[in-house]
Amino acid sequence: MTAEVAARTGISTTTRFSPAWLAERLQGVVLHVAVIGLTVAWMVPAAGLLISSFRPFTAINSSGWWTALAPPYNFTLDNYVKVLQSSNMGHSLFNSFMITIPAVVIPITIAAFAAYAFAWMKFPGRDWIFLALVGLLAVPLQLSFIPVLKVFVSIGLVVQNWGFVGVWLAHTGYGLPFSIYLLANFFRALPSDLFESAEIDGAGTLTVFFRIVLPLSVPAVASLVIFQFLWIWNDLLVALIYVGGTASVAPLTVTLANLTNSLGQGYNLLTAAAFISMIVPLVVFLTLQRYFVRGILAGSVKG
Amino acid sequence: MDLSLLLTDVPTLLFVIVAVPAVLGAYIVGGEFLVRRLPDRARGSVRPWIWVVPALVFVTAFLVAPAVGTVFTSFQSHEGGWIGLTNYQRQLTDFPTGGAWIAIRNNLYWLVLYTLFVLFFGLLLAVLFDRVPYESVVKSLIFMPMAISAVALGVIWKFMFWYQPADAPQTGTLNAIVVNVFHQAPKTWLTDVSVNNFALIAAAIWGITGFSMVILSAALKGIPADLLEAARVDGAGEITIFRRVIFPLMMPTVVVVGTTLVIFALKAFDIVYVMTAGNFGTDVLANRMYKLLYQADNPGGASAVAIILLIAVIPVLIFNLRQFRAVEARR
Amino acid sequence: MSSVSYDHVVKRYTSDLTVVKDFNVEIADKEFMVLVGPSGCGKSTALRMLAGLETITEGEIRIGDKVVNHLAAKDRDIAMVFQSYALYPHMSVYDNMAFPLQMKKMKKSEIDKRVKQASGILGLDNFLKRKPKALSGGQRQRVALGRAIVRNPKVFLLDEPLSNLDAKLRGQTRVELQKLHRDLETTFIYVTHDQVEAMTMGDRIAIMNAGILQQVGAPGEIYDHPANLFVAGFIGSPSMNLVPVTTQNGNAKAPGFDIKLPKPVSAEKGILGFRPEALTDRVADDGATLEMKVEVVERLGSDQFLYGTVGGEMVTARVDPRMKVAPGDQARLGLDLRGIHLFDAETEKALL
Ligand SMILES: Nc1ncnc2c1ncn2[C@@H]1O[C@H](COP(=O)(O)OP(=O)(O)OP(=O)(O)O)[C@@H](O)[C@H]1O
Ligand SMILES: [Mg+2]
Repeated sequence: MTAEVAARTGISTTTRFSPAWLAERLQGVVLHVAVIGLTVAWMVPAAGLLISSFRPFTAINSSGWWTALAPPYNFTLDNYVKVLQSSNMGHSLFNSFMITIPAVVIPITIAAFAAYAFAWMKFPGRDWIFLALVGLLAVPLQLSFIPVLKVFVSIGLVVQNWGFVGVWLAHTGYGLPFSIYLLANFFRALPSDLFESAEIDGAGTLTVFFRIVLPLSVPAVASLVIFQFLWIWNDLLVALIYVGGTASVAPLTVTLANLTNSLGQGYNLLTAAAFISMIVPLVVFLTLQRYFVRGILAGSVKG
Repeated sequence: MDLSLLLTDVPTLLFVIVAVPAVLGAYIVGGEFLVRRLPDRARGSVRPWIWVVPALVFVTAFLVAPAVGTVFTSFQSHEGGWIGLTNYQRQLTDFPTGGAWIAIRNNLYWLVLYTLFVLFFGLLLAVLFDRVPYESVVKSLIFMPMAISAVALGVIWKFMFWYQPADAPQTGTLNAIVVNVFHQAPKTWLTDVSVNNFALIAAAIWGITGFSMVILSAALKGIPADLLEAARVDGAGEITIFRRVIFPLMMPTVVVVGTTLVIFALKAFDIVYVMTAGNFGTDVLANRMYKLLYQADNPGGASAVAIILLIAVIPVLIFNLRQFRAVEARR
Repeated sequence: MSSVSYDHVVKRYTSDLTVVKDFNVEIADKEFMVLVGPSGCGKSTALRMLAGLETITEGEIRIGDKVVNHLAAKDRDIAMVFQSYALYPHMSVYDNMAFPLQMKKMKKSEIDKRVKQASGILGLDNFLKRKPKALSGGQRQRVALGRAIVRNPKVFLLDEPLSNLDAKLRGQTRVELQKLHRDLETTFIYVTHDQVEAMTMGDRIAIMNAGILQQVGAPGEIYDHPANLFVAGFIGSPSMNLVPVTTQNGNAKAPGFDIKLPKPVSAEKGILGFRPEALTDRVADDGATLEMKVEVVERLGSDQFLYGTVGGEMVTARVDPRMKVAPGDQARLGLDLRGIHLFDAETEKALL
């Protein structure tokens, strides 16, 4: 113990002023400067907008956001208040939830069923179908809009009659390939012994699925939920096509895009609106980041 | 804010939250119930289909059928008559500015610049961040744009690229730097054809780098510490270690991320649509297709562009899958 | 009655990949049968067909009098302990053990009683609330046993249950398993590739190689009378000395060897086998003597093994630990003729 301490202090006294020690310190400093510098630079675009969103209209138009960092401080909540009053942000927020929640639940549930079959059941053509599903990841969604929309209109599956049902179904179709891919890879990596053991124990397919596969796949499912949530919440295109821009049904992204086009120079409201649209995904993202990362990895490097 | 609508809609939302899983659960439990009543032999061959059919139905209806339809449409005139390859010819005439050539050129810009820079930044950040104790904090910050919609990202970057005439104070970050630091004339970043494509790509890079950083960082951490120590004992410097040990070991992952990014680049749409709508020579294939379909009422041309895009993506996808298998097999 | 019988059982994956060939064994009620053989020989496959985890390509498997070929695993009334233990990682020890009983829709109170009883037997009382992750290897192994015990099965299947334990724990658990077998009075079928486990645990041993059953018998019987060359070489440690010989007039000859066989044999070419303990420093008048060039001497306290060559063939001898011998010496050793075996060089079957 004492010898250890002596050894340690001995080392530190001998190395304190050595060139190697200095070089190491310097390297450390350079490293921290580089890391922090890059991170700060990376934050500039978002920070600029965030700061602007708290600045009054006249200030935004006449000086850069960085001038607000020096006194006299001149911050206001006006932009947020106005955007919430004048446009239908509040209602759009609700529409976004209304669209997103079922459009997350339905595809993930259906994908979990299918992924279970792809991972642990045998049926003719299984591997080919799976490969084809993955291939669908490459299909540009845009090409499916017109034919699908035609069918929707002809059977009356439009917003006026059925609310968001059409967009839920569409998101289900679009979200499935990735969801199945991710979940099947995860399910497949579960040890086969568990399934055999459960079989001997007398567990049926449903029991195995609900009591063993799903509980063990919480990380994968959670990450998929976040993925799908972000993708739908942030989606503009599918919403534009199947829901349209009508104020009463438009989700946040559509409303924001409308604002972008209509306000033109009225940047002050747009800044606030953009941040309102980010709040929910950022909260979801920051609280569940750990799972999100795990999911990305499950889909790429780790099985 | 109009709250009355909210009040009527909240019950709907709650109903949906309960009803949707109930329906899906009932389907699978009911299906299994029926399967159990089948004779022994049939059970094993029927059961998998109960589990996969919902997915197959959705995918067929929303992706496969429209994709097949698109192939047909691409050979048809607006009125529905067969016109062979005419649509493709129209998209590929008058090189280099006619048809889809501008979009193809821009997709190539995206493919090269976007992919390389995202990989470069991802790798750089992963390696640098690996050495600091506050790694998780900086990583989250870089990763955060992943959570932002393309629309919001567009707003953020329009603000970066904002232009004021030379005599007015520059409020856009980039132009402020150009004017005040480099004493140049401000640029119209989004309309000046010499830079606007790169401006869009820069915004996209900013949005996706977190993704590549996270994966590459995981691959980096997957390299056994022994190996690096062994290299250090063998007398290798940090840079040599990176070049000769770390990088080769990460190569398979880099390739997987790279091919994924290539697919993203080929399918690029949102940012272009939000920031320039493909004007001023910034068009890309996905956006061109969208425009042909909804603005020019030219489904045949749109379909041809979609198929061109699909043909470009498929080999990359196959390569990506292969590579992915190889990475898995090596683990 | 929970005897088990394999009747001409075959497992074929593809037309040219047959991993179990014409497998016939009768396992008596309450017997401890060990299935042993080198890695990849098809032991697990044979066991898994009995468990209902693999289909049976040909033949019949019976439990008691009942053919189980087409019975689902859960209806065969068997329990299995896996090499990896296959514990459900998200369930507590208690729930792991309760799971098979819940599947039988047993009453809560009965489940509780059985789990408590099993955990008592296995000394797991203090761990019931823990997840498998928070247990040591030995404890996990006991949970896996517990999950099998609670079901009170007709037949207990164990597929290399000890191979993930360290040497000391393995020895301990070997003894515990035997005790468990006595207490439960159930048929045990135990798969291992470790011949020491097989010899010490089994009432009888079935030896497999390359999908083919080689010999079935009590450990002593197999040790003393291996039916063929493979069994002779597989069972026993250090393994049996095997020397190619030619036979003439009831004698087996090879350079350095000239040994009178106890009875005449018909084959001309054979393989002479004798265990190290048959080759000692005691030279008997009626026995044979061999001149061994000693290369390595291994002193183990109670034993002394000599490794060297006799007429160019590698041979091992087990001699008195007090014998003074050093590498390089020429040792004169006696071969006990009661301990010799002879195998046909072509069929590899025992000739004596
Ligand atoms: N699903 C399968 N398809 C094709 N061959 C298989 C399959 N499962 C096992 N085999 C082959 O069958 C043979 C026997 O396998 P088995 O698992 O029974 O060996 P084992 O005796 O238990 O070996 P170990 O001691 O290593 O566990 C092996 O050669 C294996 O490669
Ligand atoms: Mg085995």
